[in-house]
Amino acid sequence: MASIGALARPAALRQRMGSARWLTDVPLLPTLILGGLVFTALLANVLAPYDPTLPIAGGRVFQPPFWMEGGSTNALLGTDFQGRDVLSRLIYGARVSLLVGVTGTAVAGGIGLLLGVIAGYLGGWVDQAVMRLTDAWLALPFLMFAIFLAALLGAGVLNIVIVFGFVYWTRYARVIRGEVLSLREREFVRLAQVAGVSTPRIILRHILPNVLNTWMVLASLTVGVVIVTEASLSFLGVGVPPPTPAWGLMLSEARSTLMAGYWWLTVFPGVCISGVVLAANLFGDWLRIRLDPQRRDL
Amino acid sequence: MRRFVLTRIGYSAVSLVLLSLTIFVVVRATGDPAVLLIGPGASRDDLAQARTLWGLDRPWPEQYVTFLGNALRGNLGTSFQYRVPVRDLYFERLPNSLLLALVALLISLVLGVPLGIISAVKVDTIWDSISKIVAMFGLSVPNFFIGLLMINLFAVWLRWLPAAGIGTWQHLVMPAIALGWYFAASMLRLTRSSMLEVLDSEYIKLARLKGLPETVVIVKHAFRNALIPVLTLAGINLVIMVNVAVIIETIFAWPGIGRLLYEGISFRDFPVVQGLVVMAGGMIVGVNLLLDLLYAWIDPRIRYA
Repeated sequence: MASIGALARPAALRQRMGSARWLTDVPLLPTLILGGLVFTALLANVLAPYDPTLPIAGGRVFQPPFWMEGGSTNALLGTDFQGRDVLSRLIYGARVSLLVGVTGTAVAGGIGLLLGVIAGYLGGWVDQAVMRLTDAWLALPFLMFAIFLAALLGAGVLNIVIVFGFVYWTRYARVIRGEVLSLREREFVRLAQVAGVSTPRIILRHILPNVLNTWMVLASLTVGVVIVTEASLSFLGVGVPPPTPAWGLMLSEARSTLMAGYWWLTVFPGVCISGVVLAANLFGDWLRIRLDPQRRDL
Repeated sequence: MRRFVLTRIGYSAVSLVLLSLTIFVVVRATGDPAVLLIGPGASRDDLAQARTLWGLDRPWPEQYVTFLGNALRGNLGTSFQYRVPVRDLYFERLPNSLLLALVALLISLVLGVPLGIISAVKVDTIWDSISKIVAMFGLSVPNFFIGLLMINLFAVWLRWLPAAGIGTWQHLVMPAIALGWYFAASMLRLTRSSMLEVLDSEYIKLARLKGLPETVVIVKHAFRNALIPVLTLAGINLVIMVNVAVIIETIFAWPGIGRLLYEGISFRDFPVVQGLVVMAGGMIVGVNLLLDLLYAWIDPRIRYA
């Protein structure tokens, strides 16, 4: 019956199904993929052969990849419904994914960190209020809620980042609050209090550095979720607005011509999204084991 | 127990108030609710009329109480795309979503549970590694990409299955697999960890010491107990599936709740979007409450914690 006790709360259940304690010995592949993503995103304007938002001059629409009949090496991975180069759009799409993935995670993590530290350190009714809010938030349907917010705010990169901050902060708040709760009782914090150090200074100098590892692990595990959700929102037309080259948007645009057999318009962006999310998840798992040797269920 | 039940119900009520309050505030902070409710292209008179009708000329707290009262009575407004109450649309589409979710759930169980058991019984062998890789892919490759891949392969290239619509069992195959995919991976992981925990327990050691055959130990003693958390997760997953199938239902033109939400977004049919989010929130909060109570009923330690 111990397993039921451990699963007592739905949150514990969610953590359990999302947590992998293994696949620790493969940091090479995820590092390569993520490194490639950052590299491509930073140098998109150098690497991309064409402008991702304009049709190739003198090119055709729906041109297949170069190895297929009718393909040509001037558009290696083919062209889309407007005759734009798929490869260039993929390369620029890395920018959107990286930008949204990192800033979305940072905003959500920032809100969660702030609330978690405040709740854990101050305790009392503040703690109660923050934790009730967190519990309530955890009970909401994330994807639907994100879609709703994004639909109201309208398409746009900044708006998506706001939505992610609004939706994904709960896990950080909960875990970090627990961490701070025990840190608060530790000797070095007690001594600092006795020595008359001000509360903001204790939090900055003594609490924050000690929760940073946990924060990093949580953040690395959020990036993948954020990237998939961004692609989902863009796919539904409430994410990144056209003609911005985003992977989710490319899938969305390819949907109407799916039955015509233009497979390259869906397969390439899909592989990019999947690869990056897989790498982010693997990297997160690896980081968890590196930075969290006690192997708690984060 | 009574105290515990009341506290839990209280928490759920807080969740619902927060959900409604957030929706209420966000709607008013981002635009004019009258425009959203009437639809684009409304005349000034229409808007004024709507404001009076919906009480939007009243102070905010009063508006919120009205909004909450309407939501509790199941009055979610009228779709301006279909010109029928959102509630009717919802219940018209719900059976389709449930059907899809049920089949997807079945697929996730059939795939996830056996793989999880094999993974736990043969822990740290090649079988375990294969299961881990399957689970990692399941959790990382987005379900909409699986759906699009399958359409490319089975509908466009091989022409085995219909790409969209509803009607025959063939229509169900691809959307159900695409939806069940992620959940199969989570089932696999939960089954594995739950089995590992049970296999490590005293009574399994006893069963083995008694000299029971390994299959009896695993099937009769270990699996039965390991199944409890798995079945619970299956229950929650069903509810979650109904509410997260938006993209799958959109890709496969499956006329469920998710597709309705997509239509709502595309036509800027605000009452539909708001109504569906309220319903989804209510459903998930309800399931979480049920689950908490169920656990407390099974395991008395939780009640007194």
